[in-house]
Amino acid sequence: MKNHVLRPLWIVLAAIAVFMVVRHFIVPADFGVEEGGNFTYNYHRLSANDDWKNFKVKYRGREYCQECHEENVESILQSPHAIIQCENCHGPAIDHPDNPEALAIDTSRGQCLRCHTYLPYPTSQRSEIPGFEDPEDHNPDENCVDCHNPHNPDLENM
Amino acid sequence: MSCSRRDLLKNTFKTTLAATLPLSAFKMLSPAEVKAYTGDSSIRWVFLVDTRKCVGCGLCVKACKNENEIPWDPPISRTWVERYVLMRNGRAHIDSPMAGRDGFTDSKIRENEIPPDQISKGFFVPKLCNQCEKPTCVQVCPVGATYQTQDGIVLVDRTWCIGCGYCIMACPYGMRFFHPVYKVAEKCTFCYHRIKKGMKTACVQNCPFGARRIGNMKNPNDPVTKLIMNERVAVLKDEYGTKPQVYYIGLDTNVR
Amino acid sequence: MSVEQVVAQGAEHIAVHGMDWTTKELFTYPNEFIYWSIQIVMYPYMTGLVAGAFVLSSLYHVFGQKDLKTIARFSLVFSLALLPVAMMPLLLHLQQPLRNMNVMLTPHFTSAIAAFGIVFSTYAAIVLTEIWFVYRVFFVDQVNALKGKEGTRDRFMYYLYLVLTLGAFDTGDAAVAKDKKAVTIMAGIGIPVACFLHGYAGFIFGSVKANALWMSPLIPVIFIMSAIVSGIALCMLTYIIIMEWKKWSAIIAKGKGDETVQLIAGAELDVITKTSRYLLGFMVAAITLELLDLIFRGYTAMKSWDILRSVMYGKDFVNIFVLQYGLGNLVPFLMLLIPGTTIRRVFFATILVLFGVFMMRWNVVIGGQAFSLSFAGYMHYHLPIIPHNLETYKEGLFGALTVIATPFVLFWIINKVTPSLEYKFNNE
Ligand code: HEC
Ligand code: HEC
Ligand code: HEC
Ligand code: HEC
Repeated sequence: MKNHVLRPLWIVLAAIAVFMVVRHFIVPADFGVEEGGNFTYNYHRLSANDDWKNFKVKYRGREYCQECHEENVESILQSPHAIIQCENCHGPAIDHPDNPEALAIDTSRGQCLRCHTYLPYPTSQRSEIPGFEDPEDHNPDENCVDCHNPHNPDLENM
Repeated sequence: MSCSRRDLLKNTFKTTLAATLPLSAFKMLSPAEVKAYTGDSSIRWVFLVDTRKCVGCGLCVKACKNENEIPWDPPISRTWVERYVLMRNGRAHIDSPMAGRDGFTDSKIRENEIPPDQISKGFFVPKLCNQCEKPTCVQVCPVGATYQTQDGIVLVDRTWCIGCGYCIMACPYGMRFFHPVYKVAEKCTFCYHRIKKGMKTACVQNCPFGARRIGNMKNPNDPVTKLIMNERVAVLKDEYGTKPQVYYIGLDTNVR
Repeated sequence: MSVEQVVAQGAEHIAVHGMDWTTKELFTYPNEFIYWSIQIVMYPYMTGLVAGAFVLSSLYHVFGQKDLKTIARFSLVFSLALLPVAMMPLLLHLQQPLRNMNVMLTPHFTSAIAAFGIVFSTYAAIVLTEIWFVYRVFFVDQVNALKGKEGTRDRFMYYLYLVLTLGAFDTGDAAVAKDKKAVTIMAGIGIPVACFLHGYAGFIFGSVKANALWMSPLIPVIFIMSAIVSGIALCMLTYIIIMEWKKWSAIIAKGKGDETVQLIAGAELDVITKTSRYLLGFMVAAITLELLDLIFRGYTAMKSWDILRSVMYGKDFVNIFVLQYGLGNLVPFLMLLIPGTTIRRVFFATILVLFGVFMMRWNVVIGGQAFSLSFAGYMHYHLPIIPHNLETYKEGLFGALTVIATPFVLFWIINKVTPSLEYKFNNE
């Protein structure tokens, strides 16, 4: 019965030992500080980088559309809308034309008004885009694309 | 007596110096140390926002939400556009409805009519993660679920985050939020999956006006690096000491 | 996620954490919500109670404050009952509660929360050890008393006590003296650990440099002081309730004029008067520090002061100055100070003190998120009352009530094994 005083300590040590064993099996093997990094900012599961690298790309860019929709690309490049990417109006290509087979054609006025509502901000380029203070004044009952060609909106070509 | 003591001191100093010098020299030359110092990548992603070019169309926010699978309807977003309308009387009207997702299509701010003749300046400021050099959000993560990559991007490990929200609290820029589907901390990654493939981020690619640009600070010939070096740029909230890496052209004192 | 799902996401309503209880005013960043809600108010409140209860018991065990003898044993066991409850609010708050062990598995020590697992376990080990030493002789006695008895309950208790003795059956004077010394040592180590446990709960807030209200080196110290205040107050309150209950059962059993009734009443008042002196002392310290913090902010008037002032003196005025400082500090302070202490007055005073400390936690945690990081707008917190999904239960009124109720249930259970109120100790 000597030194019963240390008994709680043995229990604690045993608990720690069990925990360390469990920890060994649960924590991903590649968890640690990245080479050349420090504990404060670079302590993590190293393969998490790859998780993010493998994330799906959805916006493919105009160059991609050009492979199949050459006309549209060419036409838009000649127009005042040359700066606008196709996917801004048609949504992300993702795996188009496999999935989705066709991209959306959004003919709503909101599509155009995000740029073409005039805002009276003297120091902003926004006020230099042709637009309407109140879009309700400009053919409110029709879609813009009924009269304007979004791929070539030049007023000359109307 | 006193003289010899000084000699002794001098000699001790010299020998100590002699002993430590080669040691430190060796340390400096150790390849592991060199690697540790420079990091094993030759990239440091930085961002340049030209607020003078932004028109508040919100196409960057739209692209970001779609690209990064951030649910469309909730007002949360990895990136957003703020509108600042400063009046002649010094008042500032600021808003960012739905993070600017649908663009700014109304001159009213929070239902208030803003008389155009009293506006002294009005402009838009896109915001995104500053990918700080010293990110507090990473410092405070209790489990090592968020971290900085060698090329300077702060990422979240969705399989390890416990969702305590400490990083959300720690970010002075209010960048972070909980992803409503994955229930873990979520933040802008500079589209890590895109920039690693040599593409531009979704917001950069889809900005029609060139207000957003991304570059590599470690490449002196990178046009963005050149601009940051040669133009007068500023960062947001540098008083927090996080060393933010999103640089702005045309910032105003009213921008928060 | 497939494309269809991404598209579908737009249609269905998706709950964003924080949106259920946050309303916004003027300009706030889009992602800003009150992310740290009622459970994060409960968290420092409960750890505060744990730490305070333990410190109270240690005042007797370490510093030999004889006047605290009766309440010391009680508060030690009570602090054990409170222990798991300190952790509960965090679990209820986590978005991924099943991953809670990650804090222990891969602690990232540059985070104040990372230490939680380790400090908390250390502290739990200390409290358990101390209780073991205090009750070891009792365990052995019970084993001897229950030996050979039939009946399921007795058998169960027999084996339970057998395990609890850890095989240490020596109740000789030398062994008992060792126990006593060990108790002192454990209590001695326990005080700094208890203060650390709670001080660092304060550090979790004080170190958030992004938050203008929290960022202050005083916050950890303020938290420790108010923790001790709340811990002592809770022990006193529970003690009063239990003693009153005993008194009444004695009255029912033996009649009002009985000697035991007088004895209980006398002892009760004596303990309470003495303990309330400590309570007052710590209250003075806590309030002084809080006021210092407030004055300092106003005087230095940094960039954030404009919005802080509008929150403190405007939107949260009632919460801070009426409920916290007035009703929670000043009133009970005067009640305890007026000579001629009565049990009833102390009873109400301790309730007010507990309320005051709760309001202080509320005003720090919720108040710290009442303004936007942009300093250009406000957020308002609406405590979810009727839960309509898991989240509004967990982080709503009922979640908080669950947390409050648990320590009493636990105490009731633990007290069956280690009676802290009636048993006469031969080693003390
Ligand atoms: C590999 C060839 C290919 C590429 C690359 C491609 N498309 Fe298509 N796209 C098609 C085909 C084929 C269809 C016709 C599907 C149909 O009519 O049902 C189509 C249909 C569309 C439609 C719908 C037309 C309609 O009349 O309904 C739009 C809009 C569209 N594509 C836009 C784009 C955009 C924007 C891009 C670039 C991001 C792009 N496409 C890239 C092959 C391609
Ligand atoms: C400003 C918004 C906008 C942009 C930018 C845009 N489109 Fe369109 N696109 C539309 C609209 C609106 C229609 C529907 C036109 C209609 O119904 O008359 C359309 C129709 C189409 C169609 C089907 C009908 C047709 O005209 O062939 C294709 C294919 C198409 N777009 C491809 C593209 C491609 C490729 C690009 C990029 C080069 C592009 N679009 C850029 C708005 C846009
Ligand atoms: C990203 C912003 C943006 C969007 C979205 C947009 N436009 Fe434009 N639009 C412009 C810009 C910029 C110009 C060129 C102005 C200039 O050349 O000064 C322009 C020019 C035009 C013009 C010619 C105006 C002129 O004076 O020549 C028309 C018409 C037009 N857009 C119609 C539309 C329609 C219809 C839509 C919707 C399908 C649309 N725009 C969507 C930015 C946009
Ligand atoms: C009924 C046909 C019609 C519809 C619908 C229509 N427009 Fe026009 N739009 C015109 C005509 C015609 C002009 C040129 C004459 C003018 O300035 O009014 C014009 C001019 C413009 C201009 C140039 C204004 C300027 O000051 O240079 C823009 C920009 C424009 N439209 C955008 C839009 C947008 C955006 C929509 C949808 C919200 C739209 N339009 C709907 C017929 C239409």
